[in-house]
Amino acid sequence: MKYTEEHEWLEEADGIVTVGITAHAAEQLGDIVFVELPEAGTTVSKDDEVVVIESVKAASDILAPLDGEIVEVNDAISDDPGKVNEDPEGDAWFFKLRIEDVSVLDDLMDEAAYKAFIG
Amino acid sequence: MGELQRTVLYDLHKEYGAKMVPFAGWDMPVQFASGVMKEHLHTRAEAGLFDVSHMAQVILRGDDAARALEALVPVDVIGLKPGRQRYAMFTTPEGGLLDDLMIANKGDHLFLVLNAARRDVDLAHLHANLSGLEVEEITGRALVALQGPKAEAVLAALNPAVRDMRFMDVADLELAGATCWVSRSGYTGEDGFEISVPNTMAPRLARALLDDPRVQPIGLGARDSLRLEAGLCLYGSDIDETTTPAEADLGWAIQKVRRPGGAREGGFPGADRILAELTDGTERRRVGLAPDGRAPMRAGTQLFADEDGAEPIGSITSGAFGPSIERPMSMGYVPAGMAKPGTRLFGDVRGKRLPVSVAELPFHPHTYKR
Repeated sequence: MKYTEEHEWLEEADGIVTVGITAHAAEQLGDIVFVELPEAGTTVSKDDEVVVIESVKAASDILAPLDGEIVEVNDAISDDPGKVNEDPEGDAWFFKLRIEDVSVLDDLMDEAAYKAFIG
Repeated sequence: MGELQRTVLYDLHKEYGAKMVPFAGWDMPVQFASGVMKEHLHTRAEAGLFDVSHMAQVILRGDDAARALEALVPVDVIGLKPGRQRYAMFTTPEGGLLDDLMIANKGDHLFLVLNAARRDVDLAHLHANLSGLEVEEITGRALVALQGPKAEAVLAALNPAVRDMRFMDVADLELAGATCWVSRSGYTGEDGFEISVPNTMAPRLARALLDDPRVQPIGLGARDSLRLEAGLCLYGSDIDETTTPAEADLGWAIQKVRRPGGAREGGFPGADRILAELTDGTERRRVGLAPDGRAPMRAGTQLFADEDGAEPIGSITSGAFGPSIERPMSMGYVPAGMAKPGTRLFGDVRGKRLPVSVAELPFHPHTYKR
């Protein structure tokens, strides 16, 4: 598992990266009540706003962690946003991204670095 | 920015895993370990304990205190019987709202509870206009609210006399060894009690209540979603100096005796405009708003009559997800002609015009013990 400073986790298999938010992020956001996912098939650039989530407190944007094409989104979390609080690093992934060059993942934090990052 | 004030229950909040935030100059719990959604639902199912010690408590004493106070509020204070409490508002000469408050008749004095954010303004207003009365701010007491369907049973375990109180009754009662000023009222739409307790005794009373398995501590986050589901105004968001009682749909709080033809008609700041509007209506009205989708429409969201309308016709003043109604809910101001429940409008959410309908308030029914 790799991590961004935007509190996303990324798990790569065969050039497809599954993206979600970390348990730390879900905890900080509080109860999530709304998730708006992109359309599958959308081509995105790094830092594009691709997902809107709203918690009981406020709205936040989730940014594309890398360049790529969104190949699948997790409709289960827009139907039941509370799943993001229950299992943020498992069933409640957000989208799957096909990327050209998996070596860009090497620049991201590993678990130890992320733990240090969130203190 | 001065130092944030702490209530006497600060340590207890930390013990229960509170996340603290600054609110009106106070360091207050926004949520506890279980989170806003669970706290909200627990309050509606059992009982929630709220620390509202940041609110200002004031005693007014003097000859004819009720008559004197009527010069500042459009409500019937003289007719308020001993042992009863009433919702009121301070009005401005322009007909706006300086604050909303509770007034209790305690027999030999009046007891007021004011919004924390308006404490300074209100106290200055009282001192400037009620020079014949003694205005005493009570700083030696905390204020807690116990709300929810189990509130009566929980409190009755400490003093069965609470069962004899009905909605908006006030009484001095012994609770956990402390002489408390209790009212059967609250800000959640649920049955419940608000309890003024001496600072020194407050932690002990709070612990006695929290020791009951039916009671959980509740933060400001759930307090806000509970009051919004109950259709209750938040001063500074839904009402302020630019909104009048009729615009805010608070005409119900102005009794007949202070209205045109009443024995004590008018005689409060802004009476001309406020009373005329009760008869003639207003250009805009506060309404409930129910978004079609799941996306909450929050305060500041602009409202449009059409999907492609150029000019906003109103805006949202409060908006959140309603845990009990399981959908988003908002309140806001719209032109009187568009205030009918069911009227279709559009809210601008992140550049998209999303459908929203005017809805009846409250979103969740009140369960007061009248």
